[in-house]
Amino acid sequence: MGIFEAILLTVITAATPVVIAALGELVTERSGVLNLGVEGMMVMGAACAFVATQVTGSPYIGILAGIASGALFSLLFGFLTLSLVANQVATGLAMTILGLGVSGMIGEAYVGQPGIKLPQIVFPLLADIPVLGRLLFQQDLIFYLSIALVVGVQWFLFRSRAGLKLRSVGDSHSSAHALGINVIRTRYLAVMFGGACAGLAGAQLSLVYTPQWVENMTAGRGWIALALVVFASWRPWRLVAGGYLFGAVSISQLHAQAFGIGIPSQFLSALPYLATIAVLILISHNRRTTLINTPAALGKPFVPDR
Amino acid sequence: MRIELEKRPDVSRLFSILSPFIALLLTLVCGAVMFMMLGKNPVAALYGFFVEPLMEVWSLHELAVKAAPLILIAVGLSVCYRSNNWNIGAEGQFIMGAIAGSILPVMFHEWNSPFVLPLMMLFGMLGGALFAGIPAFLKAHLNTNEILTSLMLVYVAQLFLDWLVRGPWRNPGGLNFPETRTFEASAILPEMIASGRTHWGFGFAILAAILIWFMMRYTLKGFEITVLGQSERAGRFAGFSSRKMIWFSMLLSGALAGLAGISEVSGAMQQLRPVISPGYGFTAIIVAFLGRLNPLGIVVAGLVLALTYLGGEAVQVSLEISDKVTRVFQGLLLFFVLSCDTLIHYRIRLVASKLAGSATAAATTDGAR
Repeated sequence: MGIFEAILLTVITAATPVVIAALGELVTERSGVLNLGVEGMMVMGAACAFVATQVTGSPYIGILAGIASGALFSLLFGFLTLSLVANQVATGLAMTILGLGVSGMIGEAYVGQPGIKLPQIVFPLLADIPVLGRLLFQQDLIFYLSIALVVGVQWFLFRSRAGLKLRSVGDSHSSAHALGINVIRTRYLAVMFGGACAGLAGAQLSLVYTPQWVENMTAGRGWIALALVVFASWRPWRLVAGGYLFGAVSISQLHAQAFGIGIPSQFLSALPYLATIAVLILISHNRRTTLINTPAALGKPFVPDR
Repeated sequence: MRIELEKRPDVSRLFSILSPFIALLLTLVCGAVMFMMLGKNPVAALYGFFVEPLMEVWSLHELAVKAAPLILIAVGLSVCYRSNNWNIGAEGQFIMGAIAGSILPVMFHEWNSPFVLPLMMLFGMLGGALFAGIPAFLKAHLNTNEILTSLMLVYVAQLFLDWLVRGPWRNPGGLNFPETRTFEASAILPEMIASGRTHWGFGFAILAAILIWFMMRYTLKGFEITVLGQSERAGRFAGFSSRKMIWFSMLLSGALAGLAGISEVSGAMQQLRPVISPGYGFTAIIVAFLGRLNPLGIVVAGLVLALTYLGGEAVQVSLEISDKVTRVFQGLLLFFVLSCDTLIHYRIRLVASKLAGSATAAATTDGAR
């Protein structure tokens, strides 16, 4: 395997969790709900996936545990913001704080244990294609899932009736309600989908990216996923491009650290965060396009009248 | 069964006062269940967590030391949140305030003068305010979401501090430990009360709370903050500028977080280390909401959250419970505070689902009225 291939492979591995988490959040936000708790749901997924894998010995059960924990945890957010119309920003922050605490307790006994890495699934013949074969057809299940999710979400949002309903709820909940769409139920489902994706993204971190449990191991990726949704103007394809761009930045700074160029490692580590800010500025400085792209009811509470 | 909300005609005064207490009670109940699941006696654990740290003079001082940064930061955040500016990067502003305030005692440590301390505090406030000025500028002039930018900058500040204490600011006589030189006596914030460690940071916190309370209640600025927070449009008609408000609230909260940072470093640690905060900037968000964004309420809430830090340390020693329970308690508390706030604006009714028959539904409705 050449160096070029190896680098591209690490870029894909670094980008996958952010892409998955951001896709989930994209669907949630398209329904008009801003869930800032991605970081918390992600870290819960990482802890539950790792512990379930260690207990059962099967990383596939770990993946299921990650997805389930993220979805269940997001229900808490749904209950507060949808049933009790609590402030979405504050509740999202609560999710992050609680998620970091609970995941720390769940994973405490497993710190430092060597994990089980998710095995690769090799597609016969296709895997023999030079470069591409190694990159695309000799990967783990979560990578394939991420590709399926991108295609699936794009199709669902823009080609299916349910997706149209979901978008209408996110653009004007009152009109959607008047048309007989169950706004609250739609939003609950969208929140849970976002939670499940964040959980899966967390599972990727503790089963593929670094197969072990470290407290707070998401290190801000949940927040970067949130930024990615804004960057992508709530469109799945742009989100993938942005996600891989982020992967490239974070991997290139790691390689720069390894080569020992004269810049202190801390400055290089700050690069992904600074790049995120830069990209946010670029994408949002034009007020009009931002206004057009943002789901109109994003973050606004809905109380059905009787 | 499902939940239905009915808007109250007026804000419920009763629940405005009661809701934080209900939230505390629910957190305690949840905590008891959690301790039982961990196989501990819940009464003993809760007693160890919430009561024992209040029984001794030295631990009361520790409480004040931990409450000081929480109150200072949360008072500033309350102004931000009331004006609908979501600064969640106070942790970063705390760190940058600590760094800017430490310029004198680290780089000019030979200079011993009564001016050192006041200048350090001033630098701390400037450092915090300038760092909060970045998301403020980006929001006010480039329309960039302040939640994400302020949060991203926390990581940048943490890395910058890490670089300083391992690199240029490392103590030359410190056996290569990643820490700066210890501050000279003239750069240490003195103790407030003779009996223990409580330093003047706590005094700053109380003073800030009173000043901001006065501003919010009796000045035009306070009114402007409230109006712009509730309706930007209404504020515009009144001639208030939301752009100026972004700057005002962010710089104010940044300065207070920076003051908290340098007070903590100068009063409690006397040097910079790679990590100088157990997440004060994030916990202060909970403090702000538990205090219902009221500066005086925040003083009480700050003491409560400081207790969760002390309690976590106490039960770790006495009952061998992980100190992670502190974060869990804090998260639970914020959840319950937010859900109880619903009671202030809405009546909550449980409505039996349609399948269960309309008789029960009618009964619940009548009962609620």
